[in-house]
Amino acid sequence: MAEMVATRQAYGDALLELGEKNKDVVVLDADLSKSTTTAKFGKKYPDRFFNMGVAEANMMNTAAGLATCGKIPFVSSFSIFATGRAWEQIRNTICYSGLNVKIVATHSGVSVGPDGASHQCIEDLSLMRTIPTMTVIEPCDAVETRKAILAAVDYKGPLYIRLGRAPVPVITKKEDPYTMGKATILRTGNDVAIIACGALVVNSLAAADMLSKEGIEASVVNMHTVKPIDQETLVKVAKQTKAVVTTEQHVLDGGLGSAVASILARIFPVPVEMIGIDNRFGQSGEPDILFREYHLLPEDIILAAKRAVGRKK
Amino acid sequence: MINVKRLDTKSLEEHAKVIRRSIIRALTKAGSGHPGSSLSAVDLLVALYYNRLRHNPQQPAWPDRDRFILSKGHACPALYAILAEMGYFSTDKLDTLRQFGSILQGHPCMKTTPGIEISGGSLGQGLSVGLGIALAAKLDKKNYRTYVMLGDGEIEEGQVWEAAMAANHYKADNLCAILDQNGLQIDGFIHEIMSSHPIPDKWRGFGWHVIEIDGHNYASILAAYDEAEKTKGRPTVIVAKTVKGKGVSFMENQVDWHGKAPSKEESERALAELT
Ligand SMILES: Cc1ncc(C[n+]2csc(CCOP(=O)(O)OP(=O)(O)O)c2C)c(N)n1
Ligand SMILES: [Mg+2]
Repeated sequence: MAEMVATRQAYGDALLELGEKNKDVVVLDADLSKSTTTAKFGKKYPDRFFNMGVAEANMMNTAAGLATCGKIPFVSSFSIFATGRAWEQIRNTICYSGLNVKIVATHSGVSVGPDGASHQCIEDLSLMRTIPTMTVIEPCDAVETRKAILAAVDYKGPLYIRLGRAPVPVITKKEDPYTMGKATILRTGNDVAIIACGALVVNSLAAADMLSKEGIEASVVNMHTVKPIDQETLVKVAKQTKAVVTTEQHVLDGGLGSAVASILARIFPVPVEMIGIDNRFGQSGEPDILFREYHLLPEDIILAAKRAVGRKK
Repeated sequence: MINVKRLDTKSLEEHAKVIRRSIIRALTKAGSGHPGSSLSAVDLLVALYYNRLRHNPQQPAWPDRDRFILSKGHACPALYAILAEMGYFSTDKLDTLRQFGSILQGHPCMKTTPGIEISGGSLGQGLSVGLGIALAAKLDKKNYRTYVMLGDGEIEEGQVWEAAMAANHYKADNLCAILDQNGLQIDGFIHEIMSSHPIPDKWRGFGWHVIEIDGHNYASILAAYDEAEKTKGRPTVIVAKTVKGKGVSFMENQVDWHGKAPSKEESERALAELT
């Protein structure tokens, strides 16, 4: 069994590393620093940590101001409050001005669990992806989260990183290469390609293993950078398999599936099936029960893969 | 039909004990949730629901009912316990809090829970909704009143002050904000994390009538609700000093009890204190 670690935990640790290496790194949080884990940074570097209280819109533009003076702000809250409450601040002040602000939000998806729909953000990929110039990343595990956070500092410009509350299996290794914007192919098969991000990567790998037992060989691609999407890898695996499944812990509208379908429709049309949440809100419940309810399990991915394969010409 | 029993202070205190016990039991069963935030609000809510609010548990949608909005929605176990005691739904439901399929979601959901006026959980939004309801009452020439409970961390949200400005502008004297001033937010004490002091002066500056009380003293709470109702031409805010975790000694004024459920053993100790 793989080790279970929440991606948000890796964020707090990565910030500590960054704080040591780069004195321009500042961190802002909105009264959720224990949950987002930025409190670790706050404890070690109190002068460069700003708890802005329960006031996300103000926090976002304070980060913008800091960025105009050469600071590299990491701004954190739950994904619903960061991307929802402060969307227009992100759009008009941060992105329109091209500012170097890193928004790292935790508690995305239904895996938030018992807090219920109000706290389960299933729209943030879409909300962030549609803003011109925004970069959008969803790491699949804690190890990859560390790499994404470190890479975020080397990239100049606005960026959104989507993290989760619940522990998820560690499936990548420290020494695995990571390049922002470059998808990683985790498994190669010629019958169908599963394009996944975040917590759905591990379920996609499990689905691929089970499909293999039934004689269907799947490629699995970790599309950690949802925007700008790695078009080259995407088209390559689509050409190789001629059937695609997308998987994400997000509404079907506007997320990874939409991004993939939009590229493939224009460049290399193949059947695309999508795993995601279909026009519903989340609800209270444990993450595993909710994954079943919203059809995000390996068995759901298997069915989608078979549908995609069946639709091949 | 209106349902305003006028209970004496002693029976209100007895009810409050029952409610506090229900909160502890429900949160222990749920395994997550917000005990400190729920317990600080209990006395303000018990006084309101048992002695002032004109409402009818058998007819939650009665058009002339007074409205209550729990803008600090994470304290909903307190509200759920009261709604159950009053007959909006069976008290058995409290055992299902925060579980899959429950009518009692982790944060208020008006589609699943009878007696909930608006879905919430995202701080800062309730006072604006209350204002809308208050304006509708004026348009319809109705006498019902609207109450909105806010947290002292919650009023750091700018939207609260947009609502405060607008409520005064529209002379919403049928709107009453209840501020559960327990001095704590999630990350620590309010004065350390993001000081919103001086709170009463801020509301006065926005044109509101301000009443400052001890939020655990029933005589003061009831007098404040009466004064709010009599105040004409502007909205009223009741700034109620409270103790987060009130009633359970080891939870009182402890930042760590904002949002974690008691263990079985802690639950038993808490219940023993609440008999
Ligand atoms: C818009 C928004 N931001 C952040 C949160 C997370 N949150 C839940 S409770 C809370 C602290 C609230 O403090 P306060 O209003 O004082 O309530 P209480 O002390 O009664 O728990 C925070 C930040 C939220 N629910 N909504
Ligand atoms: Mg408080």
